[in-house]
Amino acid sequence: MLKKIILFFIILIPVNAFALIEVDITRGNLDPLPLAVSPLSIDETSRKSFEKILKKENIGSEISNIVENNLKTSGLFNPLDKKAFLQAPDIANLKPRFEDWNLIKAQALITGKVNYVDDKLRVEFRLWDVLAAKEMMALAFTTVPNNWRRVGHIISDKVYERLTGEKGYFDTRIIYVSEEGPKTQRIKKLAIMDQDGANNKFLTLGNELVLTPRFNPASQMVTYLSYFKNMPRVYLLDIETGTQEVVGDFPGMTFAPRFSPDGKKIIMSFAKDGKSDIYTMDLENRIVEKITNHPSIDTSPSYSPDGKYITFNSDRSGYQQIYVMKNDGSDIKRISFGNGLYGTPVWSPRGDLIAFTKLHKGKFYIGVMRTDGSGERLLTENYYQEAPSWSPNGRVLIFYRETKTDSKGEGFSAKLWSIDLTGYNERQIKTPTDASDPSWSSLLSN
Amino acid sequence: MNRSLIISSALHALLIFITAMSLPFLAKKPLDVPPVVSVELIQIAEKTNIPFAPKAKKIIEKVKEKEKKLVSEQAPPKKVEKTKTKTVISPDQNNKKVENQTPEAIPLPEKTVKKVETKEEKKQNPDKLDEEVKQVSEFEKDDLFDPNELKAKIDKAKIDSSKQKLKKNNEITQDQDKSVLTGKLTITEEQALQAQIFTCWSIPLGLPYAPEDMLVRIKLSLKPDGSIDDMEMLDHVKMNTPGKERFRTLADSVRRAVQICNPLRVPASGYERWKNIIFNFDASEMLGG
Repeated sequence: MLKKIILFFIILIPVNAFALIEVDITRGNLDPLPLAVSPLSIDETSRKSFEKILKKENIGSEISNIVENNLKTSGLFNPLDKKAFLQAPDIANLKPRFEDWNLIKAQALITGKVNYVDDKLRVEFRLWDVLAAKEMMALAFTTVPNNWRRVGHIISDKVYERLTGEKGYFDTRIIYVSEEGPKTQRIKKLAIMDQDGANNKFLTLGNELVLTPRFNPASQMVTYLSYFKNMPRVYLLDIETGTQEVVGDFPGMTFAPRFSPDGKKIIMSFAKDGKSDIYTMDLENRIVEKITNHPSIDTSPSYSPDGKYITFNSDRSGYQQIYVMKNDGSDIKRISFGNGLYGTPVWSPRGDLIAFTKLHKGKFYIGVMRTDGSGERLLTENYYQEAPSWSPNGRVLIFYRETKTDSKGEGFSAKLWSIDLTGYNERQIKTPTDASDPSWSSLLSN
Repeated sequence: MNRSLIISSALHALLIFITAMSLPFLAKKPLDVPPVVSVELIQIAEKTNIPFAPKAKKIIEKVKEKEKKLVSEQAPPKKVEKTKTKTVISPDQNNKKVENQTPEAIPLPEKTVKKVETKEEKKQNPDKLDEEVKQVSEFEKDDLFDPNELKAKIDKAKIDSSKQKLKKNNEITQDQDKSVLTGKLTITEEQALQAQIFTCWSIPLGLPYAPEDMLVRIKLSLKPDGSIDDMEMLDHVKMNTPGKERFRTLADSVRRAVQICNPLRVPASGYERWKNIIFNFDASEMLGG
């Protein structure tokens, strides 16, 4: 009994036991992640072989430069100056001395090596977490030597995905309308290039006017509009094979053909009798279906990534605004209510946002809003800019911007620009000629 | 009857004893207390104020001024230099010394750094004041008329001040008292920790917003100096779950943030409270939820 009483009192004796303290961290810095891209090491024999084939002195350095440039232009990474590197590429690839990389404040490190194996290019690369002193990823690619630029883009995508948690967008292409000549007599050609502006190629000769090329989200197919004997025609072009076919001649004016997410349909608008409606065409059986029927101008349709909804712009309210409807044309809802005119809505591949062009008080804006019209954000403002197109990961927009002509009618130019969703990372994409109407492809290496 | 009375009295006495043990003031004893730097300096000045030694008075006034500076700066440059020269043997300092020493006797760079660090830490430590007093006493020893008397007084002052310091160290302010007893951080302490982490955490801006993957919890075991002894990702299973790559990316950024911030600048007192701490990294606000 006495024992029990003592035990009871012992239990009552207080003990200093604290609950674990919890601290909430809801903010961080927005600085790009500092990382080091060590040149890919290459042995002398391989270097000489590639020099002969590709006319590049050191293909390892060239590939690492592509990776570095891609990551830098994303605005999310800060590649450190190579002059600060303390470890040689060949040794770093074997076993990085993390203290050295830590010293230059690198949080991630990319190393690798290039080999010439059986007439092919073999690239190995490793992504290291410098602070944790561990490997995050290691991959190897083998391809024909001419694909060396793509290898750089693929490495960039893999690193981007591992460090940001979303797919990259570097191994992609951009199709656009190349423009040359005076403003009143422009020669317009279809052109394609890598997303970083390299490998530019012209796909048409410029005899006919071409407009609004759009990539199929599911493949490397393009649809565009071209005038043949002053009649608009919708074409399909396979980028890989170069084959081209006419989808059809349509009554009156045809605008802005665009693929459905599965690539089986084309959605576009026809203008007839002073009004314009939205139609779809099944590419297998060529059946055309009318989606909207309103005595107003409905144009620029774009599917949601799941294909269930369509966004378009219409002046049915008296002013051009953005609307969303179901894919059968029912349940039409206006989503833009701000001041000014809204146009060219494009649904993000992520599905969460709609990009648009806005005209307000003589200025053009590229902006985004949620699919219900809330959270409108204007990313960039200029004299004239339009036609946003999303990167396949839904983080960057490409569009074109025109400059004013001076009093003599000179000084006009049209260039491609990109901006990310933060609105801070705005960059011009260099093209050999003036450029307009860009469209971003899906990832080539899916 | 007598037996029952004895048992009852004994039990009552035991009850009173345990109740006394349970009182909260007894729980305060083992707790760390923040150093009170300024108090001792003032007292030293009072104790060394000698009316019949005009030269000493002047010197003490000088010392007083010096002490005032020390209170604000907490790190007298002269003092640091002195300790450095004592502990660090640099190659430039004396070539002969280096030559005479056996290789084993040459301090390793790491050790040297450690020594310097420990001296620097003392800047924040009240123990340093004792050395400061010693400095003053040495200084006065050369110039005062009656060095022995002065030394005795200063020694006494030293003892008194250290006693008082100990006493004060055992006392805690009302605020700290409250936080220590509740086991929580004060708002200031919490904000100080948050401010450190904010600067170290590079949020992966490309990360798409997914409400269920925006919170990463990490538990840190800290040493008294704020350095990380151990870290544990509380959702580590989720990190390695296929399809949760976004969460893994966020968790990686959290781990990097904690490593960059290591060692943390921790509260001066109450180690028991914060030796284990959980940080909840919530990116939803930053990634536009």
